[in-house]
Amino acid sequence: MAKQLMKGNEAIGEAAIRAGATRYFAYPITPQTEVAEYLARRLPEVGGVFVQAESELGASNMIFGAASSGKRVFTSSSSPGISLMSEALSYITCAELPCVFINVCRAGPGLGGILPSQGDYFQATHASGHGDFHLIVLAPSTVQEAVEHMMTAFDLADRYRNPVMIFADGLIGQMMEPVDFEAVKSGEAVDHSSWATTGAKGRKPHIIKTLYLNPNDNEAHNVHLAEKYAGIRANEQRSELYGGLGSPELILTAFGTAARVCKTAIDVLNEQGVDIALFRPITIYPFPADALDKLSRKQHVKRLLSVEMNNGQMVEDVKLFTGNRKPIDFFGRQGGIVPSPEEVIERVRALLDGKKKPAKERPAEAK
Amino acid sequence: MQREVKFAGFGGQGILSAGHFLANAALEEGKEVAWVPSYGPEMRGGTAYCTVVIADHPIGSPIVNNPADLVAMNRPSLEKFEPTVREGGFILVNSSLIPDRVKRKDVTEILIPANDTAIELGNNKGANMVALGAYIACTGVVKLDTVVALMPEAFARKPQFVEANIACIRQGVKLAKQSLEAVL
Repeated sequence: MAKQLMKGNEAIGEAAIRAGATRYFAYPITPQTEVAEYLARRLPEVGGVFVQAESELGASNMIFGAASSGKRVFTSSSSPGISLMSEALSYITCAELPCVFINVCRAGPGLGGILPSQGDYFQATHASGHGDFHLIVLAPSTVQEAVEHMMTAFDLADRYRNPVMIFADGLIGQMMEPVDFEAVKSGEAVDHSSWATTGAKGRKPHIIKTLYLNPNDNEAHNVHLAEKYAGIRANEQRSELYGGLGSPELILTAFGTAARVCKTAIDVLNEQGVDIALFRPITIYPFPADALDKLSRKQHVKRLLSVEMNNGQMVEDVKLFTGNRKPIDFFGRQGGIVPSPEEVIERVRALLDGKKKPAKERPAEAK
Repeated sequence: MQREVKFAGFGGQGILSAGHFLANAALEEGKEVAWVPSYGPEMRGGTAYCTVVIADHPIGSPIVNNPADLVAMNRPSLEKFEPTVREGGFILVNSSLIPDRVKRKDVTEILIPANDTAIELGNNKGANMVALGAYIACTGVVKLDTVVALMPEAFARKPQFVEANIACIRQGVKLAKQSLEAVL
């Protein structure tokens, strides 16, 4: 089928259906309501179900219940709504249930605004709820990539029995771009009959629980989960290296919409002979630490600049996973403002043209 | 090649759909395209605008602070966005609703009485199509035939509007060509 022009939110909804997910529970919130609007119309056509819950708490706990059946289930929300879902995310991850959460991130904190933001990076990658757990988090930077990520997300959720989050932002949700659904496929749903609660007729009941009152049992479960996350970190890091003229002196690090802005800045600067490149994490959990570490060790790489739509969140991971061996600077816009390529170019030029003062807060070289 | 245009006016003028038709035409012609709406907390009758980016390469930043061209459908839009247009671009002014002229000398002003033209053609809501036709005539960023060919499907549920809208587009092309001849 030919490419079609689609809004990010609608494309995400369609991609989920094509990945075999026909159970969707959600509560409206700007800028992602078109996901629900689209699915309200589309799901009945494919024999699916959309329940509009009474709140995000309701929706996320419906996911908890429905995911227990082993079926492909998903929900979508935006920042304040995701915060309300954090309790359920913790329970679902503890219970090891596959499902997909979509965060079309808007500007916070609090009710904030409805414009695009990446302010939920810490929340998505480090603190999605209470307790010791991680989500797998994919961060698309185009509408087409959001479609691909929906397909991948269900496969990863099935493989690891863990919730997967799509971390988009208001711009990716609202803009229209050409999408090709035929270009990507989701794998077949995995057989979950060994644990799923599908009716115990003729077999022993399956029990899904998150309560471990015995500390030894609870520790054993936590160790098991930690081993799973170690496997995810070892096998699921995804990233892209863009631009450069062979031996880039400066590496921009950015994901999602901010990465697209950086690509335009890099195209302009490369054209002018300035050798800089972009390192774009595609998974933000697991952070693509190995590839960035390797890149940052290259002699020609003199410094890094993290460009984000927040106050400086991913830059912490950039520092951590490169051992702070090169100066690392940060440039961000907040409040729903998307940085412009011109601003990024200006910042890069300031760093490269003479004003090479070391990045602030840089501790001694890691050994 | 990359060209960006901002369509701007008030809610109900068909601003978003004019941009949508342009974006779809670009896609039909195999180009890369991004359609970015304004989605701030607006009310009915409030400002509405969208940016369409058309390129022959993957589009980086879809947010463009300084578009190549502007189609201003009401007065506040012209006031707000005239200073943002890049040097050498076109500013199409809906002279039916905007008494002002473009102040800048480094852009090409095209006056199109979009509402009056649509009313004359018996298609009161077709001002956006007049403007779309005029924009295509000025820039050639997509072919007229490509846009015209989109109409039957776009108005499949209201087939009575197919010919009416095509007439508006064609009249927009004609007016723009006359205006271009006058300025060039």
